[in-house]
Amino acid sequence: MMNNQEIKDKKYDILIAGVGGQGTVLASRLLAAAAISQGSFARTSETIGMSQRGGCVVSHVRINSEKSSSIIPMAGADMLIAFELSEAARSLPRLKSGGCCIVNTQIIKPVSASLGTSRYDIREITDFIDKNSSQLYYIDGYRIANKAGSIKAVNVVLLGAAAAAGQMPFSREIIEQAIIENVPRKYSEMNQKAFRLGYDFILEKKAKG
Amino acid sequence: MGKKLLMGNEAIALGAIRAGVNVVTGYPGTPSTEVLEVIAHNNPGDIYVEWSVNEKAAMEIAAGAAYSGARTLVTMKQVGLNVAADPLMCLSYIGVKGGMVVLAADDPGPFSSQTEQDTRHFARFSNLPVLDPATPEEAYEMIRYAFELSETVQLPVFLRPTTRVCHACGTVDVDDSREVNEPEGFVKDPKWVIFPSLAYRKHLHIEQLQHRLSEIFSQSDLNTVSGSGKLGIAASGVACTYVFEALEKLQAQVKVFKVGTPYPLPGAKAEEFLDGLEQVLVFEELDPVVEEELMLLCSSKDINVRILGKKTGNLPFAGEYTFELVCEALARFLGIQTEGADKTALPQLPVRQPVLCAGCPHRASFYAVKMAAKGQKAVFTGDIGCYTLGNAKPLDMVDTCLCMGAGITVAQGIKRTEPDTSCIAFIGDSTFFHTGIPGIANAVYNNTDITIIILDNSTTAMTGHQPHPGIGRTMMNSISEKIDIYGVVKACGVGHIVKGNPLDFKNSVELVKKAVAYKGPSVVIFEAPCIALFKPEVKNTVSEKCKKCRKCITEIGCPAISVDDGRVVIEPSLCYGCGLCVNVCPFNAIEKAEV
Repeated sequence: MMNNQEIKDKKYDILIAGVGGQGTVLASRLLAAAAISQGSFARTSETIGMSQRGGCVVSHVRINSEKSSSIIPMAGADMLIAFELSEAARSLPRLKSGGCCIVNTQIIKPVSASLGTSRYDIREITDFIDKNSSQLYYIDGYRIANKAGSIKAVNVVLLGAAAAAGQMPFSREIIEQAIIENVPRKYSEMNQKAFRLGYDFILEKKAKG
Repeated sequence: MGKKLLMGNEAIALGAIRAGVNVVTGYPGTPSTEVLEVIAHNNPGDIYVEWSVNEKAAMEIAAGAAYSGARTLVTMKQVGLNVAADPLMCLSYIGVKGGMVVLAADDPGPFSSQTEQDTRHFARFSNLPVLDPATPEEAYEMIRYAFELSETVQLPVFLRPTTRVCHACGTVDVDDSREVNEPEGFVKDPKWVIFPSLAYRKHLHIEQLQHRLSEIFSQSDLNTVSGSGKLGIAASGVACTYVFEALEKLQAQVKVFKVGTPYPLPGAKAEEFLDGLEQVLVFEELDPVVEEELMLLCSSKDINVRILGKKTGNLPFAGEYTFELVCEALARFLGIQTEGADKTALPQLPVRQPVLCAGCPHRASFYAVKMAAKGQKAVFTGDIGCYTLGNAKPLDMVDTCLCMGAGITVAQGIKRTEPDTSCIAFIGDSTFFHTGIPGIANAVYNNTDITIIILDNSTTAMTGHQPHPGIGRTMMNSISEKIDIYGVVKACGVGHIVKGNPLDFKNSVELVKKAVAYKGPSVVIFEAPCIALFKPEVKNTVSEKCKKCRKCITEIGCPAISVDDGRVVIEPSLCYGCGLCVNVCPFNAIEKAEV
């Protein structure tokens, strides 16, 4: 076990990948706020602007990389939280070998796939993810968020899942506190529930082995 | 306030408030937009903040305030600076009294811009100093220094962050104190009137100032030299962070010159860096500004150091830098062997081009024009905004896109060359006020037979919903008289003007047909709010009657409609019930359902 000072100083890089509109920015801000509240240094980078209109979006959260850039190098991320299946595959090259990978099984087909100008082969993509990650957790975040009260809470469900995976250098309580402090009050309870449901889902999965 | 996670643009905004800024103007443009918004949201009450109609207006208003002793900030993206170039170039001769900072955000990549132009060139062109932050934390400190420097040399000062500073966050120690600057007011003096004789004297003066600025920068801790050896690295902006990370990975010891003020180059500091070196590799995104300045210095001071960078082919001109690119170039320069990255081939992945949102009224407008122009020889000239995305298939309704306001004027040029072609220009409401009006006046004056489709969605949508003159709401939370687009077009003398709701599909097609048939400039104003401005009351669903012809997908490309297990489905969380698909379906298989 690490002591508090070691946790506070631990370098840790988290990549969040999804599709514009899924709430990846809030997720990265919450993780960074959690890190700062325990005295760590946080740096993030987000996709803002044109790509938000249904494009691929990634957020980089870098803990204790004060002198580094805001972008996680290839094969450098300790954890990948993917909000969408194909985006998990797209971002896997940035995950360290042996890194932890949370994948929301939700599928968002772009217009190009519906038009037939690009392909979305679920099987091929899933095989790739299975083959290229060691600590892998699939979660139906869309369904769990709906249960929590709104599909918009999918971002916080996935944070709960990530916290339960047990690798991040901050406690569950610190992330929950960051949610309370940074989410508008009228959505606070729903988001706390979303976090709990995501957390419990992964704990149960781990218990079952 | 203590340690806080701040986005670069927030850091700049809070830094400007701390520095006692009095007047803030700007025009929205990614990645600069949030700076002005954050100042408005955190306005202690005594700062004047406005979205101006365009960057030229913003620059001139800021100049007038700075003449009067106010600390002023003007914000824009790099291409916005082109629009403001006229006042900027003259202002460098005239100078300012109150501190004036020009925030022009560059976009290496580019992510959301027409060009990868480098504002540091504009600094050199206009003889104005430029500060180049590497991180949000640094930007927070730089903005305060920028105001002080501007007052010291009585010139506007550039702060030039890039996307990875503007939209990255860092942990910033926020200081709640605030400097107080009470503007003296405008004092009449011939120095504010630019005449050729004054311009000549001012030109002499500003050239001399360049040496003084170089000396000031050599003393500044924004420029640092560290390490030792015969090989040197110079880096500016975000490239510095990649260099530090790569040096850590390669465990290399070299001499490093971190340049926070690329122009004027801190000459004395640069000489200190070059002393004892054989070769230097320069890392900077976009253009080789520091690289060229170092070459000039070596040449003028007879320093025998080889400067490597973009000009020598060691590094690329285009695109943003990455850790991998910097690390590889650095390793090659230092003669360090690195392992090739393990490249696992990705499976085929879906292409996600940005698209118009489900329910976006622009889709309906484009589709109506497409149907109205069917069978005709037609060219569709586009403009800057969400509606640039109308170029994507299957709509395919944007044949040209150049710069703000150019859709209307490019259409006129095409019409003069191809008189038998229908030339139809699209422009949004905010862009109409920005630079669209002169183009309409030009078409009327020269009686050029084009049709202008004004897409009025009651907001500046692409940059995140800023108000504009057609809305009336201001950044000071006041409501002013809304400027009526119809009235402006009428006053310009357009002979045929009609308004319609683009979601009323059949009527819209008729409106466009009549406007295109009209001889002379004609205007159709399509009014329907951006979907971000309301909550849907109805949604569309696909019924049993669906024959899977997929016409709803192949005609309009709505992102809410997809094929799942062979069935056409509409994703309820995305649908806004705009009903365009209802008009497209040949089997009446799409129905409305109450939310």
